[in-house]
Amino acid sequence: MSNDHSGRIRMMQGNEACAEGALVAGCRFFAGYPITPSTEVAEHLSVKFPKIGGRFIQMEDEIAAMGAIIGASLTGMKSLTATSGPGFSLKQENIGYACMAEVPCVIINVMRGGPSTGMPTLPAQMDVQQARWGTHGDHGIIVLSASSAQESYEQTIRAFNLAEKYMTPVILLLDEIVGHTTEKVIIPDESKIEIVNRRKPAEKPKDYLPYRETEDCIPTLAPFGTGYRYNVTGLCHNETGFPTNDNKIIGKLVHRLVKKIVMHADDIIEVKKTMLDDAEIGIFAYGSVSRSARSAVLKCREMGIKAGLLEPKVLWPFPKKEVLAMARKVKAIIVPELNMGQMAREVELASRCAVPVHKLGRVDGNPIDPREIVDMIKGVV
Amino acid sequence: MFNYLEYIREKNFPHIWCAGCGDGIVLKAILRAIEKSGISLDETVMVSGIGCSSRTPGYVDMNTLHTTHGRAIPFATGVKHGNPKLNVIVITGDGDATAIGGNHLIHAARRNIDITVLLYNNYIYGMTGGQCSPTTPTGSRAATAPFGNIEPPFNTSGLAIAAGASFVARADVYNVANCEKMIAMALAKKGFSLVEILTPCPTAFGRRNKMASPVKLMEWLRDNAVPAAKWKKMTEEERRGRMETGVLMDVDKPEYTAEYEKLVTSLRTGK
Repeated sequence: MSNDHSGRIRMMQGNEACAEGALVAGCRFFAGYPITPSTEVAEHLSVKFPKIGGRFIQMEDEIAAMGAIIGASLTGMKSLTATSGPGFSLKQENIGYACMAEVPCVIINVMRGGPSTGMPTLPAQMDVQQARWGTHGDHGIIVLSASSAQESYEQTIRAFNLAEKYMTPVILLLDEIVGHTTEKVIIPDESKIEIVNRRKPAEKPKDYLPYRETEDCIPTLAPFGTGYRYNVTGLCHNETGFPTNDNKIIGKLVHRLVKKIVMHADDIIEVKKTMLDDAEIGIFAYGSVSRSARSAVLKCREMGIKAGLLEPKVLWPFPKKEVLAMARKVKAIIVPELNMGQMAREVELASRCAVPVHKLGRVDGNPIDPREIVDMIKGVV
Repeated sequence: MFNYLEYIREKNFPHIWCAGCGDGIVLKAILRAIEKSGISLDETVMVSGIGCSSRTPGYVDMNTLHTTHGRAIPFATGVKHGNPKLNVIVITGDGDATAIGGNHLIHAARRNIDITVLLYNNYIYGMTGGQCSPTTPTGSRAATAPFGNIEPPFNTSGLAIAAGASFVARADVYNVANCEKMIAMALAKKGFSLVEILTPCPTAFGRRNKMASPVKLMEWLRDNAVPAAKWKKMTEEERRGRMETGVLMDVDKPEYTAEYEKLVTSLRTGK
């Protein structure tokens, strides 16, 4: 569809880049509800989708939007919704449904600060734990992060690929700075972009089991209307998709839902390292804050302080191995983030007390200035 | 003889409904109406929420989607908008559709999206043990209204009409022939259709309201659910506490997915 601008350089804000990424990924269904600072994703797709036969719908609330994308995904459509903090809270009920029923879909959350309606127009990263644990019950989840318009584009495509591959909801977290900053995006030639589509059943309808046990723990759900008449439920179910009270089957199911993500962690996790090889001070930062952190690393290097940066592009599953490797090399880790230490806690756990972990949290709606990071590093050194 | 086995998932029986529950009667009426309407099971999706009625999809051999409490209509909206060729039926109850899912009900009706909602109204939350619902009559006793319900009930069909539904009917499981007919008409309707089906819950409602015997509740339906022809001849006094059954609204107006398709066509052709 977008061959007309392949290989081109475009100026886009992060939210628009998400919408463009979704189009390239093959997304053809969007249901949403207006909420700052994510609304541009919906607005952009409301223009694009009708022109290419994609389906856009503005629902009556956030809960309905989440339900609608699951329904659409079950007809075979790659489906998307976008929201922000309070709306993300409302979506949790049906995010859990998508985890349980293993329905691929993508949720973009352009984070704002909270609790409650909080700071609609100011940057924050206060949903990183909500993204992991917001819905009730044990489950696995994939959560990606983007720090620029370019990454918003690329990570949206990756979110769809991971959702389709692992039959799971995938959450992409942006913060207000990333969502609203207009900057350069290089759009690669479409032939060079990897697109993953969900598996189709190989067997005939009479032999089909939607939740058949497989080595890779990934089910194969046939789109509704293709002759495979099966049941989908949010209740604990067996291989046929029907509810069960058999404790053995229930235990197996919940274990598999978690294992499905854990066993493929190496394929899912992605980190970016900047000057980390010889670093004595390691910074762990994501989203817009990683840009301040990159700048702080360069300033430190100018001053002769060996600082380096570990940027997780995937927040969940958490990159434990990568953090531990960094912890074993550096003398201290700094975690700047726009919350009161939600990921610093994970870094502390993953580093197994190998080094001190220093939190640099801001919750006042201001971005983190590179100088704040440099000052903290100077204090630690 | 109608062969129910062609439409059900026999291995999932016996069903979970209590003795004397009307939901099985509704299930059979739905299956006969589906046969009458000639829709293909492969191309039909039955979506439900949470509650006794919402267990219906588990027993029918089609594409079935048992969702979260109150959310069947949004999931169904996604299915229908995602693939408008599919016939989409929503099975829901009075608590599911008019309390937790009330907002979804009115907006789907307003949008006039082509889905058929079959709302089993048993005046109570049956599955959780008999708490009062938005349709529990004033004065009736419930697990959470031990001294009698002080709230007025919803007129559920009236709500759907006011919100803009194309087709609204009321039926009951005493008058089974009418129930089947109303469901068939709703399935045939292009646009948002709703059939409110009055069905007895002796276990959770009747027991607390001096109608523990299923027969008593059936008699109550016989005496209080009044076919439209008879209703017209009744005085205001006679109508009090009773419900009119039959077609309450039947109008043709633009349907959502068809309007969306028109938009797509006009943008593509520039017309």
